[in-house]
Amino acid sequence: MSATLVQTLADSAVITKRNLIKVKRVPDLIVFATLSPIMFVLLFRYVFGGAINLPPDINYAEFLLPGIFAQTVVFGSTVTGASIAEDLQKGLIDRFRSLPMSRSSVLVGRTVADLGLNAISIVVMAITGLIVGWRINSSFGEAVGGFLILLVFAFSISWLMAMVGLLVRTPEVVNNASFIVIFPLTFVANTFVPLETFPSVLRTFAEWNPVSAVVQAARELFGNTSEIVPVPDVWSLQNPVLYTLLWTAIFLAAFVPLAVRAYQRTASR
Amino acid sequence: MTDAIVVEGLVKRFGTTTALAGVDLTVTEGSVLGLLGPNGAGKTTVVRILTTLLAADAGRAEVLGLDVARDADAVRASIGLTGQYAAVDEYLTGFENLEMVGRLYRLPRREARSRARELLERFDLTDAADRPAKTYSGGMRRRLDIAASLIARPRVLFLDEPTTGLDPRSRLGMWEFIADLADGGTTILLTTQYLEEADRLADRMVVIDHGRVIARGTGDELKEQVGGRRLELTLARAADLGPVAERLRSLALDEPHLDEQTRKLSLPVSGGVDVISEAVRRLDGNGFEVLDLGLRRPDLDDVFLTLTGHAAEEARAGGETAQPEPATTGGALR
Repeated sequence: MSATLVQTLADSAVITKRNLIKVKRVPDLIVFATLSPIMFVLLFRYVFGGAINLPPDINYAEFLLPGIFAQTVVFGSTVTGASIAEDLQKGLIDRFRSLPMSRSSVLVGRTVADLGLNAISIVVMAITGLIVGWRINSSFGEAVGGFLILLVFAFSISWLMAMVGLLVRTPEVVNNASFIVIFPLTFVANTFVPLETFPSVLRTFAEWNPVSAVVQAARELFGNTSEIVPVPDVWSLQNPVLYTLLWTAIFLAAFVPLAVRAYQRTASR
Repeated sequence: MTDAIVVEGLVKRFGTTTALAGVDLTVTEGSVLGLLGPNGAGKTTVVRILTTLLAADAGRAEVLGLDVARDADAVRASIGLTGQYAAVDEYLTGFENLEMVGRLYRLPRREARSRARELLERFDLTDAADRPAKTYSGGMRRRLDIAASLIARPRVLFLDEPTTGLDPRSRLGMWEFIADLADGGTTILLTTQYLEEADRLADRMVVIDHGRVIARGTGDELKEQVGGRRLELTLARAADLGPVAERLRSLALDEPHLDEQTRKLSLPVSGGVDVISEAVRRLDGNGFEVLDLGLRRPDLDDVFLTLTGHAAEEARAGGETAQPEPATTGGALR
């Protein structure tokens, strides 16, 4: 490894540690990061579950959980934007930028810490899911793959959010702005209901929505698919793992350099 | 003596606003330069360019012979910056904050830790070392912030309004710390709105307003520019200000300056003690109650008023405006 890369990793580790100390000192963060997915699992399983018109004989918990996983990690990645904006507001980004540290480390440290938070959320949700009837019907390797693809996709969204945080600069605005994008992305998808129920335009959007692919990929990898809910005959959902990784690669290729550039140019007031 | 900081023809625009319209300044190695000016004068912009946070539109800026744009990394390795607000992580303890910054300056872990302990001790934060910075008072945060900027023993230190928002006692403490650093040979560029602060700490001063240098020199040289001494009186009754000013007017070289709130009267005069005795003679037996009467040399507030036509204090009250409002308070007789 080149000296620069070693330095970047060392600096990023320092920043990751700093961000995780905050999680330790403010337990509310982790409580809310895990409570809301638990609430979602229970809400959809027991409140909406009965009303959502699914074919009989389908285990809704198995259909639902991969959707909740995907929604939660995508929501979780929006934290990145608000945290960066907060650092900017408090002058910490100025301090970091005046230090001889590697340019990408503040963002790498942030996104990696948020990846860690997301991993904790997933564990909590998986346990809740197992309690309400969700099961993994695949091999150990596939199941690990399922968790990884969710986390990797969320990690790429974190970089998009990092850029948003640097440009928007106000934590509250970042939160509101990201919900405007994240809500349609996670709801106009196969997250909670099968796609046949959607009107045609929305359906096309949902079929090509990367969140649908992540959900489908997770269902396949956890063995939660069912003959009764046919997968739409579109390439994106027939090859969900590939399609998800494609989007992940596109997000990273675009937003890592853009976010680092925004970081170098940003300045708090 | 070599110059640790050289700035030539520095220009910075934000959209249509010109923040810096060609600033030149130098800071001799091991000295303290006070960069003075009201809010929006461009002080912080100069600091941000010199600390590599902002790119200039034109001109040259060098720190220790390194160009801040081309050799940004080398510049960052040898400077320390304390910005306008304490840039400390509230969730980390004092010790963790310093260790983190030390590690990011690429100090080995052991050294980062020992420097952190040393600086906590020096800035009276040892007792609070293991408490999250969230629990610190404003003065403590500011000290922690300065400690962080010193962790890698920078040769050049930038202090952007280091005492803004501090109570008088913390301010005095901060002045002592800064004076100690200067005695230790650190080159310091200090921005401030407090003229007293620059007078106490800086070897030389540069006064800027609207992005231009309007005066430079030592504190004494700046006071020379304003010239003369001032006869200052404090009266018991504000109502007496007018009549007293009237009686003393012919002693003054320029218009007397009245302040209703402090009941103070200030007149630029020439000469020495004879002015005092003449003033006493004129006021005697007229029922004016004079609490205090004396001759003093002009201070930097007078300098600022003379150079810019508005007082530093009043410009500050105007908030973040780039165009400070003309003096409206103080009730000068004109």
